[in-house]
Amino acid sequence: METFLDFFSFSDPNVRYVVLGSILITASSAIVGSFTFLKKKALVGDAVAHAVLPGVCLSFILYGEKNPLVLIIGAFTTGWIALTLIDFISSKSKIKEDTAIGLILSVFFGIGIFLLTIIQKSGNAAQSGLDQFLFGKAASLVGSDLITFGLVAVLLLVAVYLFFKEFTLISFDKDFAASVGLPIRAMELILTTLTVLAVVVGIQAVGVVLMAAMLITPAAAARFWTEKIKVMIWLAAIFGAFSGISGAYISYVAPSMPTGPWIVIVISSIAFFSFFFAPGRGIIQRLLTQKRIKKHIVDENILKALYQLGEEEKNFFDKRTIETILSKRTLRRDLLIKSLKRLKREGYLKHSDGLWFFTTEGKNKGQRVVKLHRLWEVYLIQYLRIAPDHVHDDADTIEHVLTPELEARLEKLLNYPSTDPHKSEIPYE
Amino acid sequence: MSNDLQIILAGSFVATACGLLGCYLILRKMAMVGDAISHAVLPGIVLAFLFTGSRDSVTMVIGAGIIGVLTTFLIEFFHKKGKLQTDASIGVTFTWLFAIGVILISVFAGKVDLDQDCVLYGEIAYVPIDLWITDAGTVMGPRVLYISGTVLLIILVFIATGYKELFLTTFDPAYATAVGISTVLWHYLLMGAVSITTVASFESVGAILVVALLIAPPATAYLLTEDLFKMMVLTTIIGVLVSVSGYYLAVATDGSIAGAMATMAGLFFGLAFLFSPTEGYLVKKFRKEKAVMH
Amino acid sequence: MITQVENPIVEIHDLTVSYDKKPVLWDVDLSLPKGHLIGIIGPNGAGKSTLIKSVMGLIPNSSGYIKLFDQDLSKVRGRISYVPQRETVDWDFPASVIDVVLMGRYGKLGLFKRPRKADIEVAMDCLRKVDMEAFKDRQISQLSGGQQQRVFLARALAQQADLYFMDEPFAGVDAATEKTIIKLLREMTERGNTVIVVHHDLQSVPQYFDWVIMLNMRLVASGPTESTFTSEILQETYGGKLTLLSEVGNLLKQGRFPSREQTEVKN
Repeated sequence: METFLDFFSFSDPNVRYVVLGSILITASSAIVGSFTFLKKKALVGDAVAHAVLPGVCLSFILYGEKNPLVLIIGAFTTGWIALTLIDFISSKSKIKEDTAIGLILSVFFGIGIFLLTIIQKSGNAAQSGLDQFLFGKAASLVGSDLITFGLVAVLLLVAVYLFFKEFTLISFDKDFAASVGLPIRAMELILTTLTVLAVVVGIQAVGVVLMAAMLITPAAAARFWTEKIKVMIWLAAIFGAFSGISGAYISYVAPSMPTGPWIVIVISSIAFFSFFFAPGRGIIQRLLTQKRIKKHIVDENILKALYQLGEEEKNFFDKRTIETILSKRTLRRDLLIKSLKRLKREGYLKHSDGLWFFTTEGKNKGQRVVKLHRLWEVYLIQYLRIAPDHVHDDADTIEHVLTPELEARLEKLLNYPSTDPHKSEIPYE
Repeated sequence: MSNDLQIILAGSFVATACGLLGCYLILRKMAMVGDAISHAVLPGIVLAFLFTGSRDSVTMVIGAGIIGVLTTFLIEFFHKKGKLQTDASIGVTFTWLFAIGVILISVFAGKVDLDQDCVLYGEIAYVPIDLWITDAGTVMGPRVLYISGTVLLIILVFIATGYKELFLTTFDPAYATAVGISTVLWHYLLMGAVSITTVASFESVGAILVVALLIAPPATAYLLTEDLFKMMVLTTIIGVLVSVSGYYLAVATDGSIAGAMATMAGLFFGLAFLFSPTEGYLVKKFRKEKAVMH
Repeated sequence: MITQVENPIVEIHDLTVSYDKKPVLWDVDLSLPKGHLIGIIGPNGAGKSTLIKSVMGLIPNSSGYIKLFDQDLSKVRGRISYVPQRETVDWDFPASVIDVVLMGRYGKLGLFKRPRKADIEVAMDCLRKVDMEAFKDRQISQLSGGQQQRVFLARALAQQADLYFMDEPFAGVDAATEKTIIKLLREMTERGNTVIVVHHDLQSVPQYFDWVIMLNMRLVASGPTESTFTSEILQETYGGKLTLLSEVGNLLKQGRFPSREQTEVKN
């Protein structure tokens, strides 16, 4: 608890640096990652992340010390080469893109590891800490590092802000973007450059191995909460920043822990939570919607059965027993009772002495279902040429789906028929 | 057997097993799923360590095999039930599992005989000193050689018996289903095989460089032949070459053997990409120029 | 106009097929006679390929059932052959012509068994029938579109089936190949086999097929060509989309309604 307060009071200037740096780094990777996610090129980011390792090592070998600017230039160079090679290999040979990505990713990383082990054994004292690029260590961000990486992150944000409209368009529909005269190649070039830059700064916090998560996961999580691209990118940035702060904190309290994996755990938890629980697109929400619809269908079917009983006996408001309803509509008894109670709560039915009967609203609703059923049967026969004895099952589904707008169009299209193919009257209000 | 030879042999076993399966992965356009599995088996390996307290290989292979198949399942689950696009689904799943693995290693650093270096580039250099000694005290030779040899044998038997089914479900899954061969079954069998192989290779070359051995040799062979059987034979040859040349490169430079193997695998691919008699970029370019001149 | 037949070889009953809950084929109900060359005709997106994929069990049905030889598909797989669209496979695949044709024997061979000499002879025989004998060892990546289609046809022939489903076998092939294929298909039906072909080119319909199925999201007509392939039915098949139908389809998709009521489990 004490360390928690120490950390979040931000009284230690080092902590302030680290927190600010982590937020900038993770949020900017999340924002740039959103576009690669929308372009369905998420794994290319993974390849670039692995491919910066040899760049970092090479620039160290050439320069002899860990200068952040030099390391960035080295990382940027190999990251760029990797991207270009993936494109080149998959367009100039029969090798498919996924193979090219995996190939470049693993070979570049292998070269990086090879160089790193050589540096480690060379005995150069300045190399200590170079392996932090592998799994990240947010807490090691200090002073001059922070200024460099912070500047790059700001540059990324400004670029995205300036080219927001163009990036959105090329992510969504490249051909259209070209047809309206956008300089596609230039835009793609800028976006690619930004991706590489985002990776280069991001590896400070999470390391090259898990950098892909910082590009992909926040965007994937955000996508589940919104259909608007602006909102999605903001959310991705917030999710990313949150995981960044968490990483910095963990790095502060447990310096022996690698930061990157923890950041990834935090952002993955957010993502899994979103996959399951987000309203609208979430898995649980979808299951609930289906359940609700099933209930809705049962309810409408009962109203329909009661209406049909009313038609047969020329009295819609008669009281009916559960058996009578069951004779009209086969249904599990417990489901029927649950549904009857639901309909009563909603004011469609009334209940006395174990008997059930319509309210006016209930009758109208039952009538609408019956009407839609019969209209759809007419439609299937006239427009789909389906035999009259085959239309019933389909109409049983569609009667629950049609909106009032489609209902009106259907009536007009069929010219208000008075009976259905089985000579049952179609009830209009 | 000399130490050099033992290491090279272990490397060759691993490279061959990975490469043979990699042939199917790249032809199915599932190279990145192979990448994902090789990362995702890490927590399985660490947990197996924790539970058995040793490098009991059978538990490890089974544990990680299950995690590998689970990974494939999760990727499909998020894709189908969650409507998440495949590439993102792969990326989210494997980074998450890999992160768990790395954290488990840090948390149980004292109890688990594994470290981050081993995860990244394996310990193939220790093959000769890591001996299998039976309870009776007989020294049987390097443990890793037995493990990787057994796995290679399993993979060979798997491919030999299922050659026809793997071939058809890879080339034309719709037709395979139509003639009654289950594409789902063979998909999961293949993924299970990839998991087992990655786990067995893990100690030698680490979780990430396995990917280089899964993809680079088959991709190279793919550029050199147009016959699946020949492609697999070539993959084996390239795998052995990668192992031999990688070893000597590492010895000469005092770098990581696994890293050097991946570097050589990349070099071989580059050569094939430029100079393959049928597919080579420079060869095709040269031919075009010649055609223009005539 | 839907002509139903006695002792049908294919019987489709009230079939609805959906992609992601959106029905693309509504309530198809038809039966087909044995020994005919049958064309499935309709505009793009009419559900032609969907129909045969559904018959082959490659996509699940939302409702309805299909009987082949009066049986379930699983019992008669050995008697049925399917030719997918040419573009669905990767022709860069490292395989030779004979490898692909031999795949036609896999279903009969069963698990773990390798093709024997007799199988290779059957495969060679089939290659001869499509005039591709000389290409036996050619890599499939080197074939032209027409040759690829011939190889696919040879593979189907190697199955020695009674009933054939072919998805656009004439798409993108040269005139010579088209001629060879149609000649072969005729011979097959003369021997009593039934061949069902998804077809695109309206011009050749009367010349090629003796039975047609006209589709546009629903079954418009099914019957002998001379009585079914009329300008009136063509007009109905190709003229205008049923916008109401596709909007209802979209509603089903968005609302994630089950496309048939499965809620009310019978007592």
